[in-house]
Parts: sequence; C-alpha cells; structure tokens
Amino acid sequence: MSGRYEIRFSGAGGQGLILAGVIMAEAASIFDGKQAVQSQSYGPEARGGASKSEVVISDGPIDYPKATVVDALLALTQESCDKYSHDLKEGGVLLIDSDLVKRQPAGNFQVVSFPIINTAKNEVGREIVANIVALGAMVALTGAVSKESAEKAVLSRVPEAFLELNKKAFNMGYEKALAAKK
Amino acid sequence: MAKKVAFLQGNEAAAQGALYAGCTFFAGYPITPSTEVAEVMSAELPKIGGKFIQMEDEIGAMAALIGASLTGVKALTSTSGPGLSLKQENIGYACIAEVPCVIYNVMRGGPSTGMPTGPSQSDVMCAKWGTHGDHPAILLVPASVQETYEETVRAFNLAEKYRTPVMVMPDEIVAHMRERIVFPEKGELEVVDRTAPSVPPEQYKPYDTSFGDVPPLAAFGSGYKFHVTGLNKMQDGFPTTKAEIVQAEEERQVRKVEANKADIMKWEEYLVDDADIVVVAYGSTSRSARFAVNEARKNGIKAGLFRLQTFWPFPEDRLLQISKKVKAFITPEMNLGMCHGVVKGCIEGNAPVLGIFRVDGEPINPGQIVDKMKEVK
Amino acid sequence: MAFDYDKYIRPGKLPHIWCPGCGHGIVMKGLIRAIDAVGLDKKNTAIVSGIGCASRLPGYIDCCTLHTAHGRAAAFATGVKMAKPEMDVILVGGDGDGTAIGGNHFIHACRRNINMTYIIMNNKIYGMTGGQFSPATPTGAKASTTPYGNPDPAFDIAKLAIGAGATFVARGTAYHANQIDKLIAEAIQHKGFSVVEILDDCPTTYGRRNKFRSVIEMMNVLKDIAVPVKAAEKMSPEQLQGKILTGVLYKEEKPEYTTEYAKVIERAKAAK
Repeated sequence: MSGRYEIRFSGAGGQGLILAGVIMAEAASIFDGKQAVQSQSYGPEARGGASKSEVVISDGPIDYPKATVVDALLALTQESCDKYSHDLKEGGVLLIDSDLVKRQPAGNFQVVSFPIINTAKNEVGREIVANIVALGAMVALTGAVSKESAEKAVLSRVPEAFLELNKKAFNMGYEKALAAKK
Repeated sequence: MAKKVAFLQGNEAAAQGALYAGCTFFAGYPITPSTEVAEVMSAELPKIGGKFIQMEDEIGAMAALIGASLTGVKALTSTSGPGLSLKQENIGYACIAEVPCVIYNVMRGGPSTGMPTGPSQSDVMCAKWGTHGDHPAILLVPASVQETYEETVRAFNLAEKYRTPVMVMPDEIVAHMRERIVFPEKGELEVVDRTAPSVPPEQYKPYDTSFGDVPPLAAFGSGYKFHVTGLNKMQDGFPTTKAEIVQAEEERQVRKVEANKADIMKWEEYLVDDADIVVVAYGSTSRSARFAVNEARKNGIKAGLFRLQTFWPFPEDRLLQISKKVKAFITPEMNLGMCHGVVKGCIEGNAPVLGIFRVDGEPINPGQIVDKMKEVK
Repeated sequence: MAFDYDKYIRPGKLPHIWCPGCGHGIVMKGLIRAIDAVGLDKKNTAIVSGIGCASRLPGYIDCCTLHTAHGRAAAFATGVKMAKPEMDVILVGGDGDGTAIGGNHFIHACRRNINMTYIIMNNKIYGMTGGQFSPATPTGAKASTTPYGNPDPAFDIAKLAIGAGATFVARGTAYHANQIDKLIAEAIQHKGFSVVEILDDCPTTYGRRNKFRSVIEMMNVLKDIAVPVKAAEKMSPEQLQGKILTGVLYKEEKPEYTTEYAKVIERAKAAK
C-alpha cells in the first residue's frame, strides 16, 4: 500500500467537508499533476450526522478509491473524531477543532489542535469558510499538495464574490496550523 | 492543443458523456444518489436547444423518455434502485416496442428504500429480470469516472444500434467519487446515430424484418405515420395474437442482442493468463480487486482480475475457458451473490467459486479479497 | 355531401373492437370530424392512448399513433410534445385508465398546461377487463367487483381537471354526437392543456348489471341528465339535482409549458 497518501476530512453534514476534500484532490490531480481520487460517505440528511470526505493521492494509478490506512485526519466534531479515527495510522496527523473535540482518540498521533470554527467565525469573519480554514491547515500539516496548487484549486471552486474571503480563510488556516504544530 | 481535463464525479461524467453522444432529451425524477445527472442535464440541455423535464414520478419519466425517443431524439433518464423498480413497466415497453433509450441507474442499498446513500451492486439482476416477459438486456458497469463517461456514450450507441433500452449502472462509490477526466475530442469516440428508413412513408413498416433483426425506426413528425404499441405486434406495428408471429417476434427481440454479444460485451483481463485464482469483479469492487491482485502477486499468489465492463450480456464463454485452468474464482460484490450465481452457472463446475458478499453499505476492501485468496487450496 | 371518414381511417383496420351500443365509436367519429375541421396534418399529429377499450382508438386513425401502457398516455405524450412541440398531440382513453392508474400523470399534465388535448371517454367502468368499478362509477352501482353496490364515491373528472390546472375543460355525451366534434375542435385550438370528457356507456359490462334494458334506455339517460352550461345558469339548484353540465365548462389563458420551456432555452443560451 505504498505510494498512497490518504487524507480524511470529517465532521458534521453541512460543514463543507466534501468540498474541502474535492479541493484537496483537485489541487493534487489538476494542479500538481498527481493522481487523486475523492470519495465520501454521508447520511441521507443534508445537515447533521457524521460525514466524511476522503482523498487518496498517489504518483501512480489509484485502484481502491477509499482509505485503507489514513495518513491524516481532520475531525471538526467529537462524533466524527470518535467514529472515523480508528484507522488513522501510527504517527499520522490528527487535526482537531480544540473547542469541539475534547476527547482525543488513544494512540500515537501527531495531534494539532486549534479553534478552527472560531477562527473562521471571528478572525476571517464568516463561519461558513471553516472548511477552507481546515483545508489550509491540512495542506500545511500534510504537505500532500503544494500550497500554490491548493490556493489555485480553492479559487477555482468558490464564487467570485468570495475569492478574498476564501483566500484569507485558507491562509489563516495554513498559518495557524504551522503555529499550533510548534 | 492540450485536451480539456476536469475533476469530476461519476454522475457528472455520465451527463457529459450523454451530451457527447448527442443526447438532447432528459426526463427524470429526483432520487439519491443519482440526482447530479439531472442537475447537470437541466443546466446543459437548454444551452444546446435540448429539453429537460422533471416528471411527476419515475414511471412518468420513463414514459416521457420513450415518447421523446419516438420523435427521433436521443433520450436519457437517471435513477436509483427504488426508481428502477418503478421504471420496469415502461422499460418492458421500450423492449417490446423497440425504442432506443438510456437508463442510468446508481446502485444503492435495497430492497425498497434501503440505504439511500450507501453503495451496493444489487440492481444487476433487476436490469435483466426486472420487467416481466422475455426481453433483451444490455447492462454496462463502469468502474471509474472516465469509464462512466465513455460507457455512457457507448450506451447511446448500443441503444441506437440495437433499438433497445440500455442501462448503465455504476455503484454509488463510482457515481459519487471524483477523479480526473480527460474529455475526448469530437470524433474521438464513436457516436452512432439512428438508422433512418430507406423506404418512402407509404412502404414503411416499423418492424420490417426484411431489413434484418433491427429494422429502421422512423421518427414521429418526420412524414412517417405508424403505430406503436406495447402489445405483441406484427411488422406493421399493429397488435397480433397469431402464434407464429408472436413467437418469431419475441425470439427476434432477444436474438438481436444475443447474436451480437461479441459487439456488445466488454471486459478486461488483468494478469489472468497464468493465474491460479481469478477474481471476477465489476464497478468499484473491481478496483479493490485489482489492488488485492497486486498485493497477492507481491506475496507469491498467482492472482488475476477478470473485470466485467458489461454485465449483460455476460461473458459466459470466456469464463468457461478460463475455468478450465484455474484453481478457483472469487466473486466479491456488494450484494448477496448475484454475479457469483451467474459465474457458477457458466463454468460447468470446473472450479470452486468463492463469494465475498457485503450488503452493509461499506465497500469491499482489498484486505478481504486477499484473505479470501488465502483460503484457496 | 356526407363526411368522408375514410380519409382518416387506416385501411384494413376496421371493424373496431367495440361492442354494439358502445359510445366510443361515436367519439372516434367526432374526433375525426374535429381533426378535419381544424385542418390538422396527419403526419404531424400524434394520437396517444393508454390501455382499455377507449385506448384502442388510435390504431384506427391514420396518424402517428402511440398505444402506451395502462394509465401512461399523458406521460408518453408529454415526452412527444416536449421533444417536438410542433406536433399536435391528442390523448384518448377511458375513465379508469386516465383517473385511477393514470391519475398522477393526468393531474400533472393539467398543472403544466402543456398544449395537448385529452379526450376522456367516461363509461363509468373498466370494460375491457369485464366490468370492474372505476373511480367514475357512481356510488351504489353494481360492477363485477361491487356485487353489493359500489361503496366508493366517484370523481367528477371535469372538476378534477379544472382543479389541477387544465385551462380548457369541456363535457359532452355520446348522445349529443353533433356537439362532440365542436368541443374537441375548440379544445385542439385552445393553447394549453385541454380536457374533453365525453360521457358514454358500456352496455355490455355496466348496463347489464345495472338494470338497463337496452342501449336506447342508456342513451336516453344521457339525453335526460345533460344540461348545457348556458341553460343551467337559469336553473335552480333543485332543478339541477342529478343533472350534469355539458359544453365548455372552463376556459382561461395561461402560460403554456412548451412555450415557457422555449424561454428557458433562450435564457440558458444567453447565460452561456
């Protein structure tokens, strides 16, 4: 299972995690010239529940599209952290929202936490861009895609009126993650 | 010039493939997990003067599809299990009246409402036996976003070529996952258009077998007046109960697909030649299988993958040949043994067929398949 | 000079399947006269039906004819009309086909106000299957599946059509044969979804069970209960008890579906 880098974005339905995964995969596949597959699993509801979006990045063809051993996990809620951390690999990246995830899973992980949703709400100015803050943080922590490609992918996926807002969110997440890592 | 690329979902790719094939009509009803197809078609069709209609129910959508196709357009609908059940009435109609159309069905858990967002592969039998009576079945089962695009194009080609409904069924994983897709340029993929009648309207019969097993179909409103019915019919399209005509027509309807199996069937053999164990898989499960085959080969197990791209017609003859030199087949699938049964039925007991069946809404992972390989003596 | 029906009848397809005394043949002749009066082009006219005795009508007429599945005429026809709005589309069928199994397609075709004409031959019974009660069978009536009298209330099909949004609704009877073509012609010329309900009779499966001694007696009932809308205006509720209104019951101008969709196409092309 070498050559695969597996990232999982998880949280509640409606938090925009599928989009975060799509942008990450697009950065790898369209802008970085790698192979990438994004998939998801979610409940029938448009809001609430635990939802996940997975990205597999590789230099070669990707057969199995779902995660096998997760290299990096984002959990924006306690429920998603409990539900989706079981296959995070030893030493893997675990990014959590410090306000919302109080119980960390047992295991030897590289845990990074900062108030992701609050950053979006109070520092960027809109809670709705929490997924982009999280994406910026995951790009910083994993290095799975280049920062430039990720930024391009963000800007290609968001409405024109919100380009600056999303750029700010992405960079804020990127910087905060690096700071929190230290 | 570099080709256009995009990062698309299987469902979005299907819609784009339909447009490439020349589809100008879509009728559907909202259903998870196929709705993206309808959404893309509602946006794209009017741009090219095509028509999108959201019907009052699944049955109505299938009916509108047939009505539209009879005016000469290429028509698509999309649905998922519960909708496929409802559409069966008019799928049968399209079979007997021989009206080309494409049904794109995303396989989710069932029966009934089942698991609307969970993947499955449990509609493959419904594609063949869902509607009552003897009838032909063509079912394409893509495994990637690119293939979903290309097979949707091929589905239109087969529908037009054989005057019959054609189904494309990705499982929910293929339908919703996103991958890079390279758009074929115009002319790069074959696009088959409907054969117009070569006789003047006075001489036209919609089921005139002097033109072969697939008689040309005229379009309503093109100067040709003719009758179409869901009753057993004669060459002129009018109902009959004459035993010899009914028998001959029923046989022809099935034969036009069966006799052209070689043209319709598609499969991929990966490391099958020297394999002791052949995994027969389709859709997203075939991706797990390829992963498992590669892992197994690293561990000295001679495994191979037989990947179905068409499920119906089923490549029975080829599997029978392969069965003579393998120790076992493995059939991983997200149902309780649908492909498993078909494989068993065509290999004359030459090898054991080990099944891996999951209906819990979770994909079959490569580890499960490798474990099963280890059971083979 | 007598009207030449042969111009519209498919050679070799008669005799029809309908029983002596059935009203469907009268309706077919009315439809043919209407097609002639409006001047429809046979090549560009689609006649679409479902399943049942009335739904066999398209087979006899020399147009583009589509005999679909039970109840589905409106849905098939919607596909034809959407794909080729320049075609004239006429639907024919019975009360059971149109308002029971096809009820959903019927009301939504009304709602969309798509430019087609639906002729419903209401003989109050499922004739082809041998006389089971339909949504139009009167309460108390006998049918093969209501041996103790029908407990179900009946639909008023014209009211159903009006309620669902049809923009032209008319009613006639098989007795008033000379009115049928005029109602149908007006319906075809109306731009929108038009419904023409024609009350007719099934002597074979309805008359026999409900103590009608003859077709003539059944016809006389149609004659007696029919009141033209104009005449009804001058009548008291007591006088209208047990009567049915005939003529054009409802008419309004509203946006038509295929015309509205043409605007969608314009908007989409402009946004491209």
